Amino acid sequence: MNNRRLLLLLPLVGFLALAVFLYQGLSLNPFHRESALMAREFPAFDLATLKAPERRVDRELLTGGELTLVNVWGEWCPECKREMPQLLDLAERHGIRLVGISWKDTREKALGFLEEFGDPFEVNIFDPDNELAFELGVYGAPETFLVDGDGVIRYHHTGYIAPNDMTETILPEVEKWR
Amino acid sequence: MALMRGPLRLVTALSLLLMVGLVQAAAIEVRDFDDPVLETRYHDITASLRCPTCQNQAINDSDAPVAGDMRDRVYRLLMDGRADIEIRNHMVERFGDYVLYNPRLEGRTFLLWGLPVALGLLGLVLVGLLVRARRNASNRALSADERARLDALINRERTE
Amino acid sequence: MQILMIPEIGHYALVIAMLMATVQGILPLAGVASRRPLWMAYARPMAAGQLLFVAIAYACLTASYMLDDFSVTNVANNSNSMLPWYYKLSAVWGNHEGSVLLWSLLLAAWGYCAARFSRELPRDVVARVLGILGLVGMGFLAFVLVTSNPFERLLPNVPGDGADLNPLLQDIGLIMHPPMLYMGYVGFSVVFAFALAALLGGRLDAAWARWARPWTNLAWAFLTVGIALGSWWAYYELGWGGWWFWDPVENASLLPWLSGTALMHSLAVTEKRGAFKSWTLLLAIFTFSLSLLGTFLVRSGVLTSVHAFANDPTRGQFILMLLGITVGLSLLIFALRAPRVGHRVGFTWLSRDALLLINNILLVIMTITVLMGTVYPLLLDALDLGKISVGPPYFNALFVPLTLVLALFMGLGPVARWKQTPVRLLVRRLWLAALGAVVLGVTLPLLFAEHWSPAVALGLVAALWIVLPMLRDLFDKTRNASSLGAGLKKLSLAYWGMQLGHLGVAVTIVGVAVVSNYSIEQNVRMAPGDSVEVAGYTFTMNGLSNRRAANFLADRANISVRHGDSRRSFEMNPEKRLYLATRMPLSQVALRPGLLRDLYVAMGEDLGDGSWALRIQYKPFVRWLWLGGLLMAFGGVLAVADKRYRRLATAPDPEVRAANAIGREARA
Repeated sequence: MNNRRLLLLLPLVGFLALAVFLYQGLSLNPFHRESALMAREFPAFDLATLKAPERRVDRELLTGGELTLVNVWGEWCPECKREMPQLLDLAERHGIRLVGISWKDTREKALGFLEEFGDPFEVNIFDPDNELAFELGVYGAPETFLVDGDGVIRYHHTGYIAPNDMTETILPEVEKWR
Repeated sequence: MALMRGPLRLVTALSLLLMVGLVQAAAIEVRDFDDPVLETRYHDITASLRCPTCQNQAINDSDAPVAGDMRDRVYRLLMDGRADIEIRNHMVERFGDYVLYNPRLEGRTFLLWGLPVALGLLGLVLVGLLVRARRNASNRALSADERARLDALINRERTE
Repeated sequence: MQILMIPEIGHYALVIAMLMATVQGILPLAGVASRRPLWMAYARPMAAGQLLFVAIAYACLTASYMLDDFSVTNVANNSNSMLPWYYKLSAVWGNHEGSVLLWSLLLAAWGYCAARFSRELPRDVVARVLGILGLVGMGFLAFVLVTSNPFERLLPNVPGDGADLNPLLQDIGLIMHPPMLYMGYVGFSVVFAFALAALLGGRLDAAWARWARPWTNLAWAFLTVGIALGSWWAYYELGWGGWWFWDPVENASLLPWLSGTALMHSLAVTEKRGAFKSWTLLLAIFTFSLSLLGTFLVRSGVLTSVHAFANDPTRGQFILMLLGITVGLSLLIFALRAPRVGHRVGFTWLSRDALLLINNILLVIMTITVLMGTVYPLLLDALDLGKISVGPPYFNALFVPLTLVLALFMGLGPVARWKQTPVRLLVRRLWLAALGAVVLGVTLPLLFAEHWSPAVALGLVAALWIVLPMLRDLFDKTRNASSLGAGLKKLSLAYWGMQLGHLGVAVTIVGVAVVSNYSIEQNVRMAPGDSVEVAGYTFTMNGLSNRRAANFLADRANISVRHGDSRRSFEMNPEKRLYLATRMPLSQVALRPGLLRDLYVAMGEDLGDGSWALRIQYKPFVRWLWLGGLLMAFGGVLAVADKRYRRLATAPDPEVRAANAIGREARA
């Protein structure tokens, strides 16, 4: 085997490397993306709450030392309805603190939603004009952020939290950062 | 239950098609600009940012809600007098590098930007070496027979 | 309900076709190895049989579509009883299963043609070429049968009506685009088979290149037309007026095109000069491999893109396996059997050989750049390095300069001589062309547009630098003839093919440069009675109306357009459609095409208060993009009609025999 023969093997080697990547690519989910805010501080905000328009909340809501799940939802989003039982379970059975962001909604509709599907949230941040959600890089509801006691984002879940997501990802992540 | 299967599968297939299938652009918005330069910049920036929820569309072409929000933000930031790079960074901080159609030069994209340049240089060297080698080859005397055949071939070439 | 047997017949035909492909793939190759002429002789009849039975299968699927047999899953998902007949015909390939079947059909058709037009080839070469094509066909038919069976039934619950074809695919561009593109993709299988046969047989000479060239040109011409049609379709149907998005699916078709272009030029050197042999073989393998890779990228949905509509992992795995076996094996054969020593011909810096070498290197760099940009996000993701996007700004930044460098050498190539060209001769022939290109290129934008754009000037200089030396060459070649007509007649079709091909590139460069820099786009709000002026044209909305067609409802705007102060006006009628079966909205643009400019009106949303958002665009020279593509393709076909190939098809001519003799001598 002389040098020239080795050179002639080069295309084959290159192709095999590419094929390995393509094979791995088959099992990747192109829709899954990590949040750009991972391991960064929850963005600053100053917004009214859903239930009490006169009460304003800011970042300090999330820096009190307690781990919090921040859930972005809207009355208009069908997936949000499907994940409510799981959220209620997280709040009631597992004692996790939940804060909601009522996104692109009217107060009336959002309150009606909570009335109908239950209210697992300690408080809801009212964000009709996409101020906070944009800072979070939210591109569709529902999305859920796990924020540790210092207000740092530790985990990000896009899309609806299915029953099996609870045991597979949400609860382990909560344990990890508690 | 058995009765449901057919139509249900159809519905699933349909929803799949709608989700991952071809999507036409819409996003025809009317925006006012006092300054044509600002308008050009707006077009350039919105054309180079990728919509985070769409298959493969820039935010200027997409009618996804988030694309609309991003266009609004680009417009506002432009009106605030921010520079292009600031606006792009603003988006990356929120939505990640994914939204940049023009990937930044950094460790992980080094190969992406470097390879074409490296190949260009390699090509230059290759041409140089080959031509030098072949120029020497031409000095090797051809046998009378080869020469005649080559001439015949070349002559035919010219007449064709 | 009437249950026809047609889908089952189609299914069985497909099974038979696969068996025939298997025989075609194994027996002739075994025959060559064991020197049994009888086994080799199986190649031709099996190629014909494979085509026949795939055609039967394809006809059966088409019949199911035409007869609205919604018990067939594929028909139920992609057609509808209200669909016009011609869209039913094209709906067959508007989906995954049908398009792979079309792929197989075209592969069988190319294989049959290779069998039919290879009478003058030695028996063992034919057996090898057809055997390799049979193996490829076998792989694809297995893919159809195992993972993508288009004849699957929805029994016993047959839906009353189908889900309808995606409205975006209900269009003339989409009737023609996939078959053309696939003809190109699949066509490269022939030269691929020729290359492997040459590697296996150790016979690689001028005659080999002469056999391979027409097949390459034809496949390349089809691919060119296919890409142009796709770009044209995206331009008017996707509704945003763009003509190239650097989408992974578009890149997938561009990759074999670039590599195929390099192959055509490399084949020229191999035929005329007996040089670049290994390189030509490698390019032949690469080009078909890139076609397969393109098929994989599109069909597996591995790169999320506007087009990916097959998202089934088993399919991806199967095609990847096919790709791995085909490409891996052929590259291995290449590594082991590539000719040891090339025919050492000499040439200098200024020779057509050196220029074609540079051409090849540039085209390969372009190919690798596009490939890299296309798969890079996937690479990073697989390495867990995060998600990035590679889009138009990246590709333009690299592709445009590379094209300009290529254009620089394209001006020199056709004028230069093989082996060596005296510098003085080149200068004497080209100084005027160079001067003309620069002067005209820089001044023309001043005449045409209000503002001078350096990008357009650069594009025009490049285009003129390709065209003017060609004209000079034509002049030189006909100068000595008794009359111009007689001089032109003496030039070979191959020469004209090359000139037309290059002219096409120049035309496309002009189109790209002008439309990218001088387009005007305005989004406006208009109600009946409103007027707006764009690029010197006055658009007046006369009124809005509703229209009902068989399978959609439409809001339609009637707009009259006047140019400047001219009294004559014409009407444009964009529509916003709602397709009933899919509930999918679609904006049907109104186009006023012209050689020098297109006017383009698309309807956006109803803004309430009786007004609509409209996008009005002025697209100068946009037609030149596709016109250039057609010229290139025509050039490719013209070169195939050259008399030296025709001579070849009728009888084994002495030249081929002589070439064979030289080839054997060189090996000895």
